[in-house]
Amino acid sequence: MNTMELIVIGLNHKTAPIEIRERMAFRESEIDKALTQTKSLSSLKENMILSTCNRVEIYAASGETEKAILELKNFLSEYHQLPLKEFEKSIYLLVGEEAVKHIFRVASSLDSMVIGEPQILGQIKSAYSKAIESKSSGVILHRLLHRAFHVAKRVRTETRISNSAVSVSSVAVGLAEKIFGTMEGRTVLLIGAGEMSELAARHLVSAGVGKILVTNRTYERAETLAQDFHGEVIPFEEMALGLKRTDIVISATDSPQPIISQGQMTRVMKERKQKPIFFIDIADPRDIEFRVGEMENIYLYNIDDLQKVANENIKDREKEARRAESIVSDEVLRFVRWYQSLEVTPTIIALKKKFEEIRTKELEKMLFLHPDLSEKERRSLEALTSAIVNKILHEPLTRLKQKDEGAMTDLYVEAIRSLFRLPERTDENEEE
Amino acid sequence: MNIYFFKFASLLYLLATLTYSLYILFLKNTLSGWASAFVSIGFISHTCALVVRYAEAGYTPVTNLHESLSFFAWMIIGVLLITNLRYKVKILGSFLTPVALLLMIFAFALPKEILPLAPALKSFWHPFHVIFAFLGNAFFTLAFCGGVMYLIQEHQLKSKRMGAVGKRLPSLKVLDDLNYQALKFGFPLLTLGIITGAVWAEYAWGRYWGWDPKETWSLITWFLYAALLHQRLTVGWRGRKAALMAIVGFLTVLFTFLGVNLLLPGLHTYSNW
Repeated sequence: MNTMELIVIGLNHKTAPIEIRERMAFRESEIDKALTQTKSLSSLKENMILSTCNRVEIYAASGETEKAILELKNFLSEYHQLPLKEFEKSIYLLVGEEAVKHIFRVASSLDSMVIGEPQILGQIKSAYSKAIESKSSGVILHRLLHRAFHVAKRVRTETRISNSAVSVSSVAVGLAEKIFGTMEGRTVLLIGAGEMSELAARHLVSAGVGKILVTNRTYERAETLAQDFHGEVIPFEEMALGLKRTDIVISATDSPQPIISQGQMTRVMKERKQKPIFFIDIADPRDIEFRVGEMENIYLYNIDDLQKVANENIKDREKEARRAESIVSDEVLRFVRWYQSLEVTPTIIALKKKFEEIRTKELEKMLFLHPDLSEKERRSLEALTSAIVNKILHEPLTRLKQKDEGAMTDLYVEAIRSLFRLPERTDENEEE
Repeated sequence: MNIYFFKFASLLYLLATLTYSLYILFLKNTLSGWASAFVSIGFISHTCALVVRYAEAGYTPVTNLHESLSFFAWMIIGVLLITNLRYKVKILGSFLTPVALLLMIFAFALPKEILPLAPALKSFWHPFHVIFAFLGNAFFTLAFCGGVMYLIQEHQLKSKRMGAVGKRLPSLKVLDDLNYQALKFGFPLLTLGIITGAVWAEYAWGRYWGWDPKETWSLITWFLYAALLHQRLTVGWRGRKAALMAIVGFLTVLFTFLGVNLLLPGLHTYSNW
């Protein structure tokens, strides 16, 4: 029987609509304030708050689970001034082993909207250091979070979960990198100044593309878009000039016929000395003749091709996610074993056993060196040493057994276990 | 004595080939680290083998097929080590070490005794000729591997399937660069090899050029690479065409080196092997 239970209460992108998530989010600057409030909740021993754009979660350790859950719900409701019934359906509650598993999965980015995205680990780390600053965390969360970081590291190095691009635009960037090596100093030509090409361009710019050229049937549209990206406008009639200069083309016009033909590209390629060019055709119907894609040093992908690559990667990622899940289960098991060793009774037994061992061993040595002692003297020594051990242990054991002031128990258990080197029930004691 | 170093080097190239293969499968950096350690130690041991053989024989040990193959393999590994300093293409080792290993196995199967030197080989020019020629060939081997990787990667991109293979190979840009750089070093070296060979021929046989099969095929190889370099600089032959040419060029290199010795005996054939 453990006096302390781990609790996760929270909501995320799967359980709550964006409006609720926004209402429930803690702003970065407010977390300290929020933590002082949660710290004052009488049922909580330790707690920390994680708030990202996709999730709001409180991790807590408490001696009175039922009460803690109630208090946390009320806290969330009061803090965000939102009646409980409005968000209660979006909330999940996890206790004990389930809570541990959840935290490990979150840290390993298995619970993220985009599985494998790397930001979440940093967000948890900063949430944890906030909790340390506010002194709202303690032994249990300390150990738990360090294990979570360890699990995340294992998942990252032992699986290839964060390696593959699964969105159409990241696939496009990935392909461009396989053709051009790096995006730095590359030029992109946008044909058609619609929303789609703007979105794609934004992605390429954040990947490091150097220059943006824009061409559009209506010059003004092209001009506004070019200004957004500090780019350059090319008159629609002179598109060939743009084709000559660019490395990547994103085409998204609503032209009913293809606007770039094989014949035109043959001339362009000659002028650009066969330098490779990457076409991304996101128009429907297509802007670029499919035969262009068969030409040398030209790589043509339309939106369906990109989607196909993305789907392949998703399948790959799912396979890796299954491997990651088994790492997580493995680690949960280890953590639970450690956690159980925090229980009071086994600690008392182990402590007594340790002292008794020392006593008998020393006594035996003494009797061996003085074989001339009488039976009576021997019995006196036996009684004396037992009395000393019991007297020494009396005070600490009473403290450990104290139920009402459960406050310090876990701290004592942890301290006694490490001060007296009592064997942990985990089979490993790595890092930290 | 030199054979022990030779064997040890071969063993390390074998280990390197195996670890590089595992690296291709699992993409673990520790594996490529081990592989390049094996290659480096193998190269040192191989260098010792050549130095010791030089000391034992008293001449540059590139006089029969065993020696030539071993020398060629040594140059290839040397080029690999140099390339690794400049390009972070770890996967390259997975392509080049097996080539060197094959040459070593072939060399190992051949007679390894140190024989008295044929009179024609006793020349000031001999070491220069073989060093230039084989170093050039080693760069062409690099261009060949780059070309093969290029064709595979291009096929991946064209067939719109960025699977496991595409992920493992470097970008087309890097591969094409590699091809060009290898050519830029290989071609002048081949040219120097042919010139020093001609000068030596003048001393040994009293003529610069005699259309011996080896000479003829070297010239064919030279023209092939000259054409590639020319087209590349003028009309922008790059990518696929350059990769194909590098592969064809390498095949003529191989033929000039091995085929001529085995199939078209001439003045360059100094021993049965």
